[in-house]
Amino acid sequence: MSDHEYTPQSKAGKWFNDRLPLLTLANHLTDYPTPKNLNYWWTFGGILTFCLITQIVTGLTLAMHYIAHADMAFESVEHIMRDVNYGWLIRYIHANGASMFFLAVYIHIFRSLFYGSYKAPREIIWIIGIIIYLLMMAAAFMGYVLPWGQMSFWGATVITNLFSAIPFVGEGIVTWLWGGYSVDNPTLTRFFTLHYLIPFLILGLVVLHIWALHVPGNNNPVGIDIQKPSKDTVPFHPYIVIKDGFALLMFMIVFAFFVFYTPNILGHADNYIEANPMVTPAHIVPEWYLLPFYAILRSVPDKLLGVIAMLSAIFILAALPWLDTSKIRSAVFRPLYKQFYWILVADVLILGYVGAMPAEGLYLLIARVATAYYFIHFLVILPVLGFKEKTLPVPLSITEPVLGGSPNLAMAKNKESLTK
Amino acid sequence: MKNFFKSLLHISFVFVLSCNSMAAEKVEYLKTDWSFKGLFGKFDRGALQRGYQVYSEVCSSCHSMKYVSYRNLAEKGGPEFSLDQAKAIAASFEVTDGPNADGEMFTRPGKLSDKFVMPYENEKAAQAANGGAYPPDMSVLVKARGGGANYIYSLLQGYEDPPLGMTLDEGVYYNKYMYGNKIKMSNQLSDGLVEYSDGTEATVEQMSKDITTFLMWTAEPHLEARHRMGFKAIVYLIILTVLVYFSMKKIWSRIETEV
Repeated sequence: MSDHEYTPQSKAGKWFNDRLPLLTLANHLTDYPTPKNLNYWWTFGGILTFCLITQIVTGLTLAMHYIAHADMAFESVEHIMRDVNYGWLIRYIHANGASMFFLAVYIHIFRSLFYGSYKAPREIIWIIGIIIYLLMMAAAFMGYVLPWGQMSFWGATVITNLFSAIPFVGEGIVTWLWGGYSVDNPTLTRFFTLHYLIPFLILGLVVLHIWALHVPGNNNPVGIDIQKPSKDTVPFHPYIVIKDGFALLMFMIVFAFFVFYTPNILGHADNYIEANPMVTPAHIVPEWYLLPFYAILRSVPDKLLGVIAMLSAIFILAALPWLDTSKIRSAVFRPLYKQFYWILVADVLILGYVGAMPAEGLYLLIARVATAYYFIHFLVILPVLGFKEKTLPVPLSITEPVLGGSPNLAMAKNKESLTK
Repeated sequence: MKNFFKSLLHISFVFVLSCNSMAAEKVEYLKTDWSFKGLFGKFDRGALQRGYQVYSEVCSSCHSMKYVSYRNLAEKGGPEFSLDQAKAIAASFEVTDGPNADGEMFTRPGKLSDKFVMPYENEKAAQAANGGAYPPDMSVLVKARGGGANYIYSLLQGYEDPPLGMTLDEGVYYNKYMYGNKIKMSNQLSDGLVEYSDGTEATVEQMSKDITTFLMWTAEPHLEARHRMGFKAIVYLIILTVLVYFSMKKIWSRIETEV
């Protein structure tokens, strides 16, 4: 890393920096040596930072107009949509922003899975990332409750009821969470408070996530350590800044399309019906980004075991650096892992799909098979694969792939197809 | 081997998709060309004004619209009644206000700032008057139904005699677009039910289209502003993206030569 001593040019700068080395930090961030072969899948870290800031800024603005009360929440949201200047814009950015945030985080996570970014020495970055992901789910779920529509109310009822599966104390815990004997005003106000708090916790963890990243530096598509910083890396500014900026703009075009042209397509129509404890919707479905876990939950016939399966599906990810026994990081050089990777992607997509369907008949069967496969992938396939798999030769450095010569990845890829 | 897994992925997708079509025996909603769809979609002013007429003469006897104010009727992007027309519409309703200095509630003519007057005092009164069924508030109704505008448009024209063997309870009607086919609202529209002041012929289809357009506006009063801004925002983003792309190429060209 850039461990050269930094001294500010100006006297005032030096005076300040000796007392609080902010300028050293800024210099580190600008000069931060980044592998030059990063592809566009690596731009989602920056995109996620943008998503978080967008959610916080729009969320603060919404909170100035929103009323967290069971009798007034729905109306206050309509007030925002109709009477607040550009309230519709702010709310649609916030609501679709949540979906965009998850879209980006899933790409970010699956990029990490493909290129083995979770492996030593980056385990801590990965685990912090999983905690961020968990907090994101909590924040998104509570945010969905705030408009106090039918899906808000019944989604909250279903999810909080999961805690009743805990033996002996379950019922007590649920009453405690609700602040009463059903989801009601006390539930809404505490969800609002937590929904306001969690993004700032995420912000703090993001700082740690980036800090932990800046210790070993970025992984890269070939998955090998940097040999010669002068040859293998570029300074973060301007090279990565402009590339991340370009990718962010592309992402914003998609984002804008949702906000301006199909702002409600990712939500459920029932959430435009005010919450009614007397009427249960025909199908209670969570937001799309939670569907795979919802499918896992429902695929287990026993409530407690279902909850355990669902939570394990998330927490198993934290153990991933130790479950994957292969020393090779990038799937580019792991022909078998690459195939299992794509099966896992398909498996998660299928889980998401059946999560949106009623849990019966063929759907339930598919959900069970897909759930079983999800765990088999992490608990059986990955550990075994590390010992059995014949990996391809790894280049000596980012700039000098296997046979030397061309610095680009295409060489390594050609090599791979030749060995088939 | 690689191809094998790719085809496996492919098959699983096709399988999932076919499950989808198997499970859902959805009725196809009637479609019409909505003026508010598309990148530049705008409301048809005439349809909005006629739609308001249908709402006020037909729907509003049972359905409330509690989030819409009379002033909205004169606002840009809506039916755009003149301010005087909107004032006259508001004044034609009796609004309960108060308490006054004596602690009494009183009634007065409606003002632009008032919300649409509700047909019933509360939800219970609405239920009592409608055989136990609550006529839903119409403010955001289009967004609160899965099929959106097409669904409302179809439902209004979907009244039929029940199929043989199906018996309907008192006050329940058959509608081929309703979820479960049973609806507690009887067929409300018939040809010539209202007399449009602009001379448009009031067929059931025409009225369904007008009222649905009106309901789309009440659900999304800023739709036109949204479409306008969206187009500008996306054009701006595309231009900026192109500029940033070329800047990026220029900056990165320094490296390529160095390597």
